[in-house]
Amino acid sequence: MGFGGPLTITTPTDTQIVIVRQFDAPRHLVFACYTQAPLIKRWLNGAEGWIMTVCEFEAKVGGKYRYEWKAPSGYVMGMGGVIREIEPVERVVSAELFDDDWTGGETVSTLRFDEEQQRTTLTNTINYSSKEARDGALKTPMADGMEFGYKKLDQVLAELAGAAP
Amino acid sequence: MPSPAALDATFQALADPTRRAILARLAQGEASVMELAAPFDMSQPAISKHLKVLENAGLISRGRDAQRRPCKLEAKPLAEATGWLIEYRKYWETQFERLDDLLGELKRLEAMAGKNN
Repeated sequence: MGFGGPLTITTPTDTQIVIVRQFDAPRHLVFACYTQAPLIKRWLNGAEGWIMTVCEFEAKVGGKYRYEWKAPSGYVMGMGGVIREIEPVERVVSAELFDDDWTGGETVSTLRFDEEQQRTTLTNTINYSSKEARDGALKTPMADGMEFGYKKLDQVLAELAGAAP
Repeated sequence: MPSPAALDATFQALADPTRRAILARLAQGEASVMELAAPFDMSQPAISKHLKVLENAGLISRGRDAQRRPCKLEAKPLAEATGWLIEYRKYWETQFERLDDLLGELKRLEAMAGKNN
C-alpha cells in the first residue's frame, strides 16, 4: 500500500525497494531529467541544505555516472555507477555504489518511464544483491526508513485498517 | 526524533504477526490477556511473552488493577516511528517537487518552440 500523496515507497521483497511517482509531463522530458547532467543537477539536490557539487552522466551502455553532494557540515557524499541498459524514453538500468558503501555492495536500479495522456509514471526498482546486502543498507537512516520501516509499517497500517470497525 | 534503540525496539516488536494482531485488537479498546489470547491457537504463556515484548517496546501498557491487568495500546512509539518514516518520504517528495518545477519549465520551453508532441 502507499502512504497517501503522490509518492509511494514499498518493499515488495527482502531485496527490493520500489519508488513510484507520477509527473504531469510527457516521458521524454522526465527521461531527459534523469539522463542529462545539466538537468539532473537542477533537481537532484540531496537533502535540505546540501549542494550537488559533481554531476556527470554518460547516457550510453557502459557509460558512467558520478554524483557528489556537500553537506552544510562540509561532509561530502559521493556515489557513482555504470549504465547497463538504456532504452531512450523508456528504461534505464544501472549498477551503483555509494563511496561509503552503506548498502553492503552494489545495487541495481531500474528506472521505468510509462506515459499515459501526457503524464508519466516513474517506477524506480532498486535491487540489492542479497538480503545481506539489503541488511547492510539498514545501517543508514534513510535506507532504514525505506527498507525496514515502510514494510513493517505498511503491514501494521493494513492490519489496523482491516481491524477497524 | 526517537532514539535508534527505541526505533529498533518498535520495529522488532512489529516484526511479528501475532504482535501486530494484538495491537490491532487493542486499537479497538483495552483487553485482558485472556481476551487477547482467545483468537490465537496459542498457550497463555506464549501470549504473555508477546505482550512482554510489546510492553518493553512501550507499545502497550498494563493496568494496575488488583483483579484485572488490562492491556492498553500506547500510541506514542508507533506515532514516533511513523513520523520518522515520513521524514524520509519527505526527502523524496522534495526532490520530486523540484523535478515537477523543472518539467513545468521544460514544457513551457517546448511550447514556445512550437513543439506539440
